[in-house]
Formats: sequence, structure tokens, C-alpha cells
Amino acid sequence: MAQMNMIEAIRSAMDVMMDRDPNVVVLGEDVGYFGGVFRCTDGLQRKYGEHRVIDAPIAEGGIIGAAIGMGVNGLRPIAEIQFADYIYPGFDQVVSELARLRYRTCGEFFSPVTIRTPCGGGIRGGQTHSQSPEGIFTHVSGIKTVMPSNPYDAKGLLIASIESDDPVIFFEPKRIYNGPFDGDPDKPAVSWNAHPKGDVPEGHYTVALGEAEIVRAGSEITIVTYGTLVHVAKAAAEATGVDAEIVDLRSLSPVDLPAMTASVKKTGRCLIAHEATRFGGFGAELAAIIQKECFYHLEAPIGRVAGWDTPYPHAFEWQYFPGKKRLAAGIRKVMEATA
Amino acid sequence: MAKKSRLHIPRPTARPGDEPDFSYLDLSPAGAVDKPSVGARVRDIENLSSGLVRVLDDEHRAQGPWNPDLDPEKLQVALRWMVLNRVFDERMWQIQRQGRISFYIQALGEEAVSIAAGMALRHGDMCFPSYRNQGLFMYRGVKLVDMMCQCLSNTRDMCKGRQLPIMYHSKKGNVFSISGNLATQYPHAVGWAMASAIKGEDHIAAAWLGDGSTAEADFHHALTFAAVYQAPVILNVVNNQWAISTFQGTAGGERRSFAGRGLGVGIPGIRVDGNDLLAVYAVTVWAADRARRGGGPTLIELVTYRGGAHSTSDDPSKYRPKDEWKAFPLGDPIERLKQHLIVEGRWSEAKHEKLVADLKAEVQAAWKEAQAFGTMTEGPFLDPATMFDDVYADPPERLEFQRQRMLDIEQNGGGL
Repeated sequence: MAQMNMIEAIRSAMDVMMDRDPNVVVLGEDVGYFGGVFRCTDGLQRKYGEHRVIDAPIAEGGIIGAAIGMGVNGLRPIAEIQFADYIYPGFDQVVSELARLRYRTCGEFFSPVTIRTPCGGGIRGGQTHSQSPEGIFTHVSGIKTVMPSNPYDAKGLLIASIESDDPVIFFEPKRIYNGPFDGDPDKPAVSWNAHPKGDVPEGHYTVALGEAEIVRAGSEITIVTYGTLVHVAKAAAEATGVDAEIVDLRSLSPVDLPAMTASVKKTGRCLIAHEATRFGGFGAELAAIIQKECFYHLEAPIGRVAGWDTPYPHAFEWQYFPGKKRLAAGIRKVMEATA
Repeated sequence: MAKKSRLHIPRPTARPGDEPDFSYLDLSPAGAVDKPSVGARVRDIENLSSGLVRVLDDEHRAQGPWNPDLDPEKLQVALRWMVLNRVFDERMWQIQRQGRISFYIQALGEEAVSIAAGMALRHGDMCFPSYRNQGLFMYRGVKLVDMMCQCLSNTRDMCKGRQLPIMYHSKKGNVFSISGNLATQYPHAVGWAMASAIKGEDHIAAAWLGDGSTAEADFHHALTFAAVYQAPVILNVVNNQWAISTFQGTAGGERRSFAGRGLGVGIPGIRVDGNDLLAVYAVTVWAADRARRGGGPTLIELVTYRGGAHSTSDDPSKYRPKDEWKAFPLGDPIERLKQHLIVEGRWSEAKHEKLVADLKAEVQAAWKEAQAFGTMTEGPFLDPATMFDDVYADPPERLEFQRQRMLDIEQNGGGL
């Protein structure tokens, strides 16, 4: 075991896979010589060479399009999109090509691309460095969508994503790259050292795609969340004194339906939380699934806490970001509701 | 007097009712363009992007440095493939008009594009076609009956009813899946070629798109990546003058050739007579040699003319002169190769008539065979349960649930 932050864990996942499989290659903006703007690929080019860790032109559509072609020719590309906010120029390549290639050729052609991309707010990044576009991708058949909340899961999920023959969009909540974040920006930064999930094996292991984790057991309410808000939810539950069970989805598509529904059937109350905007968001799908599967167990309407339906505002980050106060208010509202 | 607008709206030289006018096309006589060595520097061969490489002259003789000196037997085979492409298209068009398939796209007048490339490339080279490259699929061994079954979405359909007619693919033939979203295959070809170089293999990739699609971002992404990494890839722009109703000027072809698009990023551009099989073959071999030797990508503009409607859903009489093709100065690729073989004493009208008749019979036999696997109205039909397959290698449970739900409703009528 080693102590790793999320950046180191993600780098370790790529290192392990590049070492095991010569077909694994990395391409993206600034990923090579420099090692990535968030340092996730630091040292990989020195170790594996310029043919396997490739600095790409600033053209996200080109990066994803070229990665698809590489995958068709037997490589297992990891494409880094520097910020999730920059992924849109490659959207057609993801939706029309990457996601559908297996389907439209009945399995004759496929391309096992993993797209890694830092997402989410809390870093004063304004509207072009803070978005959480995962719901746009969970809506697309043919790709998998993943978002870890800690170093251990990040490494295991990334290795599982790279090994998957299905394309995966791997969202990395950049606010928690260096340490867990409970939603309070005024507190000093915390590192992953003291966190049990900062203990990461150095070798190969996987965290299966599609398996959620109960990160806090509780009996009064289920909070279904993922990414940075897993940590915010814990802090909010403690602040309210409500005995909340927190389900960290880890994979959004496929989603762990039994884990969610078992928990909600037990607690009878549910709050869904994500950073992404609310209307038409992934939380709406979760709410629909939970109400269908758990309707007769529910004692209150399902609550949702999400980013407001505005672009991500630079100066009002802490009014926008679903922090501890917003989640606490959400928890109390669901707890207070009676038939 | 009205003030002259500073906004330029490109207009074709002729619309319905006008005399066809191809005065905008820059033409060079056969044999007039030099053939550089495959190792030539881009800056030394910029002329290739504005000239027009032609081998067959107006008397149907092969001329000049680009003459590939192909055996007449090979040319007869080439002619056979082009005629097959056309005869197949004619029959499928008719079949669509009879309402027996939903959609079709023909390659009328552009047959040399696919067949010449098919001959010039090696089987291990990967092709990323556009929707008018059916000739490549034929040349690379996809059976006519399989192409017809794809168009019928029947029980032998390679796409299991998931794709619009003509969206073929062939893993065995090394021809990629056709996408309805234009130009997306261009960066795929570059990525495939990069992978070939990364793996140290000597296969190259080739991609095709139309003049209209050069406006797509993917075209520019592909050119940039191909140039940056000197990917072993041939990027073909089939300039057939028309993108549905907009002429090539609407895609930006008024002031500079499409081949010239390569120069800005350091890729040699070659403008070639796309209706001259010998010329297309020769430039493709040149570009393939260059790529295989590590010389990087080449952009080839194939100047041709879309002889028919864009697709069965299109009516070109609404936007271009009816007889425009007849006036096209580069003629018809099949007629030109046929006349060449005739003047060389290696072909005759009688032989040609027999070839057309034989191929029509072959196509008709394939059609008969294809229908036995099901038509749109008569079985056997594809099992709709298969529509849930192949979405993922490792599918989520919800797909199996939805499959059962669909089957239940189909079988039990949803309680109605």
C-alpha cells in the first residue's frame, strides 16, 4: 500500500496498464513532455516514450476522432480532455461514432477508448472550467460513464475502464484531486493522507464498473450522490445529526440499481445530490428509478439538490455550488415531509 | 443605384434552364503535370494542387509521366468493376423506386474513384469510405448479395437492420463502417494510420469525403493531426461539384482548389482528373508509396461530377441544369476507359455490350438470392429482439429488461 492523492492514483492506473499492455497509449493536450496541467500523466512519457504518450494539438474533436481510429487498429487509447468543459467539440465523435460503432457494425468494429476528463467546480474556474456534463453522456447508449470520489476508487475504476472493451467517459472531480472537500471553502485544505481511501495498492486491481459503495451506513434517509458531493453529503449528514446512509454511485452508467433501491427501501427517504444543473440532469433519472422501484416504501417525496440552472458563475461560486448548507437544507426538507 | 453588398453569396454558373457552364474548372491537358519523386518536399510540389493530373487525352491515349502503364488485362478488369458498380447502382435505384428498399445512393459518374483506389492500395491498407464508395466494398470482396441484403434490412443483413441502406462495413475487406454524419471517418483514418506507425506496421489508411464535407471540423482536425504526426494516410476529397443542392463554391472551392487545403498545414495536395482511372490509380500509388516510406500524408482532390441525384430522396432538376453532366469536360469514367481500351485494340463495343449484359445478369441473380433472405414486406424477418444486442460488449441489465418488455408487448399487444 502507498499513500496517494487522486492525481497519483490516476497516474498509477495508467502506469500499471501501460506496463502490462503495449497497446495502451495516452493522448491529449499537454499530457506528454509536461505531464498534464493537473500532472496526471507526469513521468509517463519519460517512461513509455513519445509514441505512447502523445502531446496533441488543441482539437478535442481530433483527439477523440483519432483515438477512435487508433482503437479500431488494435490500440487501447486513453484520451485526456483537459477540462470536461472542453469536450463539446468532440461530442459528435463520442455520440455518433464512439458510442455506436459496435452497434452499427454488429460487433465487427469497436474502439475501446477511455476518455479521462477533469470535471466539477469549487476551484474558482468560472463557467469554462467548472462544469459537470455527466448527464449529457449518461443519456447516450453505448458508452459508460464513471465518476470516482477518492483515490482508491479512481485507480480501480480507471483500470477497469481501460480494460473495458466498451468506451468509457471517466470524469475526475478536480476539486478532490488533492484531498477530500466537505463543501466549506473557508476551511483549510485537507489531504488524502488521513483518509482511508488514500491508501492505494501500487499494483493492478479493479473496482468493477456498475457497483456503488455505501460510504456511510444509516437508517433515516438515503443520500444518493457521486464525486465531490460524497464528501459534502457526509459533512451535511453529520451537521444535521440525521442518521443518513450515503450511496456513492461511482459508476453512473451502468448504475447500481440494487444498491440504491435496497437502501431507500430501508430508510424510506431519499435525497439525490449532484453538482450538475438540476433540470433534465442525471438526478432526474435516479429519482424516476427510485420512485418506481421504491414507491410503496417512500415516506416523503424524493428530494434533489443540484447546481442551479444557470451557467457556472465565477463570482458566486459558493452560492452556486451545492455545499454543506444546501445539502443540510435538502436533508431537513426530506426529513420534515409527512404524508 | 443599389449599393453593392460586401457579403459574397457564392452562386453556381448554371441553374435549371441555364446552359451548363464549366468555365470555372481549371483544366490541364493530359500529360502536362510533372510527376515528382515520392520523396519530394511539399514546398517543391505545390503546383500539383492547382494543376490537374490527367493521363487519358482527348483521343483516349495514355500520356505523360503519370501514365502507370497498366496491362490491358488489368484495365479490362478495372472496366468490369466500374461497370458492375454502375449496373448494381442502376438496379438498386430501380428497386428503391419500386418501393422495395427505403433509400439508395448511387455513384453514377464517380466509379473510377473507388475502383482505381481499390487497385492501387494493398489489402492490408484500411479504407474509411464515404457513402458513395460502394465500389470499394465490391472491389474488396463484399458480395453483391450481402450488399443487397444490407439494403433490405433482411435476415442476412450485415447490420441486422440497424442501419440505413448503403451503410455497409467489412472487417474482412478492411473497409470501415460508413457513417451518416459526414467527415467523421477522416480523423478515424488518421488515428488508424498513427496506430499503424506506432505499432511499426507498414499498412496505411485512406479516407474519402465529398467537397461539401470539407467544411466540417473533422476535415480540418484530420488534416492537422495527419500533418503534425506525418501519419501514413491518404485523404481523398471527391469533388463532384455538388453537395445536394449547393455547388462546390458553397464549401469554399471558388478561389482555391480543395487539394490546396493541404498546403496550409504542410500536406502535399494533388488535383487529379477523377474520371480518369489511370490518373487516379497513378496518384494513389504515388501517395501510398510516399506514406509507406514515411513521407506522411497526401491530400488528393478527385475532380469528377455527380452524374445523378444525391440520393433517392433528392431531385436535382430543382437546382441544376438537366443536361449538365453531358457538358462536364471530364466526361464519364467508364466511357473514357472503354474508349481507351478500344483505341488500344483491346476492347470493342460488342465485348462491352456483352460485359454489361453479363453483369446485369449477375446483379439480377444476386437480387433473386437476396430476396430469399427476406424483403421489407415478405419474410423471413429479422428478430426484433436482436436490436438490443451489441450496444455494449458488457451490457447493463436495463437493456435485457427492455428487450423482455418489448417482446412482451409485441406478443401480448400491451393489453389492447
